[in-house]
Amino acid sequence: MKTLIFKTASNYLLPLLLLFAVFILLRGHYLPGGGFVGGLIASIAFVIHSFANGLETTRKIIKFHPGFLMPVGLTIALVAGAAPWLFGMPFMTGLWMDEPIPVIGLVGSALFFDTGVFLVVIGVTLTIIFTISEGL
Amino acid sequence: MNLYDYLYYVILPVLAISTVIIFIRFLKGPTLSDRVVSLDLLLTTGIGIIAVYSIHTDQPTFLDIAMILALIAFLGTVAFSYYLEKREKNE
Repeated sequence: MKTLIFKTASNYLLPLLLLFAVFILLRGHYLPGGGFVGGLIASIAFVIHSFANGLETTRKIIKFHPGFLMPVGLTIALVAGAAPWLFGMPFMTGLWMDEPIPVIGLVGSALFFDTGVFLVVIGVTLTIIFTISEGL
Repeated sequence: MNLYDYLYYVILPVLAISTVIIFIRFLKGPTLSDRVVSLDLLLTTGIGIIAVYSIHTDQPTFLDIAMILALIAFLGTVAFSYYLEKREKNE
């Protein structure tokens, strides 16, 4: 769409919404949030940008096909699930660090699993919506 | 009358009545654009109700849900207007 206000706002909204998505992802273990909602917010950010500036501009920002994020995310989630096998524990046991990292907090294998879900959700949603809006 | 009574006996009934009135417009709306605007207003009223409940139950995490709902409402309105513009061009 050719509206100046929406175009200008979308350029500022994209980084803000991506930051909010990462915040939701990191907060998700004890409070509402998590990988799925964070992924949806990040994909909404890209969809708003593509509505305002056209599909090709958004594709140039992402640089690769969003479907490529699906196998990457699934691999990260699988590695996070299989990591306890190295320590002789059952599949998908939560491993936790002893000392919290300053800004992020206590990091465990659940965070990497959530990151995998985050990437898969972005990949699936963007693939679906880009395919649909190509046909319009 | 303290803040909680004011929210419970004034603000919430106003929001509830306006929801009913907007929903009538949503059902009657002669054109599609009226329905899109009323849907957007319905979601905005929902955000107001969530904010009131967030104050009333003292749960600041509800405000994040209101923010996500506002985001989705904005995206829905933009997508609908995009679709309306495309449809007018095709006809």
